[in-house]
Amino acid sequence: MSVSADTITAAPSSRWSLSRLAHDHNFLGLLFLLPAAVFLLVFLTYPLGLGVWLGFTDTRIGRAGVFVGLENYELLWEDQIFWLSVFNTILYTTVASVLKFALGLWLALILNERLPFKAFFRAIVLLPWVVPTVLSAIAFWWIYDAQFSIISWALQRMGLIDAPINFLGDATNARASVIAANVWRGIPFVAISLLAGLQTIPPSLHEAATLDGATSWQRFRYITLPMLTPIIAVVMTFSVLFTFTDFQLIYVLTRGGPLNATHLMATLSFQRAIPGGQLGEGAAIAVAMIPFLLAAILFSYFGLQRRRWQQGGAD
Amino acid sequence: MTISRRDLLLGGAGLAAGAAGMSLLGSGPARAQSALKFTPEPGASLRVLRWSPFVKGDEDSWLANTKKFTELTGVEVRIDKESWEDIRPKAAVAANVGSGPDIMWVWFDDAHQYPDKLLDVTDLADDLASRYGGWYAGPEGYAKRDGRFIGIPLATIGNAICYRESWVKEAGFSEFPKDTQGFLELCKALKANGHPAGFPHGKAVGDGNNYAHWLLWSHGGKMVDENGKVVINSPETIEALKYARELYQTFIPGTESWLDVNNNRAFLAGEISLTANGVSLYYSAKNDPKLAEMAEDIKTTNLPIGPVGESVELHQTTTAVIFKYTKYPEAAKAYLQFMFEADQMNNWIEGSNAYCCQTLKAYASNPIWKATPLHEPYAKASETLRPNGYAGPLGYASAAVMADYVLVDMFAEAATGQRTPEEAAKRAEQRANRYYRV
Repeated sequence: MSVSADTITAAPSSRWSLSRLAHDHNFLGLLFLLPAAVFLLVFLTYPLGLGVWLGFTDTRIGRAGVFVGLENYELLWEDQIFWLSVFNTILYTTVASVLKFALGLWLALILNERLPFKAFFRAIVLLPWVVPTVLSAIAFWWIYDAQFSIISWALQRMGLIDAPINFLGDATNARASVIAANVWRGIPFVAISLLAGLQTIPPSLHEAATLDGATSWQRFRYITLPMLTPIIAVVMTFSVLFTFTDFQLIYVLTRGGPLNATHLMATLSFQRAIPGGQLGEGAAIAVAMIPFLLAAILFSYFGLQRRRWQQGGAD
Repeated sequence: MTISRRDLLLGGAGLAAGAAGMSLLGSGPARAQSALKFTPEPGASLRVLRWSPFVKGDEDSWLANTKKFTELTGVEVRIDKESWEDIRPKAAVAANVGSGPDIMWVWFDDAHQYPDKLLDVTDLADDLASRYGGWYAGPEGYAKRDGRFIGIPLATIGNAICYRESWVKEAGFSEFPKDTQGFLELCKALKANGHPAGFPHGKAVGDGNNYAHWLLWSHGGKMVDENGKVVINSPETIEALKYARELYQTFIPGTESWLDVNNNRAFLAGEISLTANGVSLYYSAKNDPKLAEMAEDIKTTNLPIGPVGESVELHQTTTAVIFKYTKYPEAAKAYLQFMFEADQMNNWIEGSNAYCCQTLKAYASNPIWKATPLHEPYAKASETLRPNGYAGPLGYASAAVMADYVLVDMFAEAATGQRTPEEAAKRAEQRANRYYRV
């Protein structure tokens, strides 16, 4: 009897707690978050954690490593090729991002004007972005070929140069060439995103400013730019991240050559980890990218999203 | 060393190998001599991952032979292809993850990077060696570790100079120079006539490494000694670098950026008079009706001999490995054994049109090597090759040094004048020491 009595008292309690849970916003919130959290843990946190861990081991292909502390980083610290790749990556990211921003904003402003065939132009601008990177990289590979470059051919035909331009064989030329290819590819993303931002600015602001006698530069400086800043922050953060982690373009065009002048941290990480077999060191190079990426994110977050500045106040 | 039919008949494996030799001449079935029999597991099927062929006949022949195996044993074999540069990462992933193709064709010292993940195939290798005149030492070294075979040496992709005969004659050379000094003179004369030479100084995995290793070894330099101590910074290396600098002056501009395909392109466009490549370069011209005239003019020869007085080249070796994780090890061995039997292997070597050089000595008498004089420089690739990381052991460090382009970069730095030969050698020493550290 005592058992059944217990059962009788326990059952309503269980039903009560289930029904209470079903109406508990906190519990439901956690429950609904769970799939996304699992997804992030499995596909983002775990690989990132594994990469960081590998960076502290001497794992090689086919051989589980042991913990070696900071040894990989110490070796990299003394490695000139690594520092060259850091320099190359910063140069590549900075120059390409500035150019992409300037040209992308310019293109967005033009596309925001009343143009004939506006929709057509907007669609066509996206082409470099939708073409797979490897395909456009192969096209650039031909464009920059040491012997068969169409640019060299055209300039030679015009009598402007005597010999083909050594696009990818000279360190400076090679850096400029890969940056140009990256800019060509990245402009549409910046331009179209900024165009979307431009279209959210109410025309009435411009009309009011015009009535007040503002010049077009003043309208851009005091209306367009502040209103666009949040979008610029997001777009440029993404753009910097994409550029910093670029791999395909370099891998197809130069493999990091000539003499490692275009080796980025991502390509060096791959070269050391997979063909070179040193997963630990490759992971360490990849992990060494994280502080730079975090700095880029923090800069855009704190540097470009200052609301007072957007609202016309002081910095 | 070339093994003749007489050697075969007199050798320890005389009877069996002799039968194999006879079979090469079409007078007897080699399979009858099989000492070992591998019985495929019931319901077995295999996945093979190979590099994308450069010569169509190679693939056609391999597939036809595979079909024969399936008909004979009922074992389905699926053959996948990957671009040759993607083989190394794929094999690495398969080894690390423990899943993927049963058999893979890997390059150079790949097998030495994950020997524990590979099936011991010593029984099969010894069986084939005993019946087909033995393995050539070079390819065998790439497939053997601690006295055990971790793969079956499949082929050597020979590397030789391809040149335009008419331009060489026009430059005043009735025959192609055999030594490095004569070769330099030829390249100078060719350049003066507007027909420069061209060898890759960029990140060309195959051609760049072949060229750099030849430069180094022909002058007596080496990366490490027998104990794995880095000895690249030596007077011999400095001499090699000085020679490379002189040779570079005779090149077409832009070779610093050349990847593996660029020398082929430049040669087929008539932009350069000579380069080093597999025989596929000649066949690219021969199979193109528009290049018929050029194909007639192409000749091949081995790279010149340097101060060391002997021919020393890297070439490119490929080994067939079976991963330990395979569910069907017996089927995999049976398959490889079948593909190495005389009927199949001869067919494949012929189909490959001299692109793939045999690793078993008995196949040296394959008629393909005499089919045209253009094939001859490729015939002894397996016999004359010197392994990567010479004179040290094959393994992680030798593979990593090659993957990091240490030699290729060293020669590019010195040849282009970006560093003095002394600086370039010192820098290569530092870079190599990172991998050969204890």
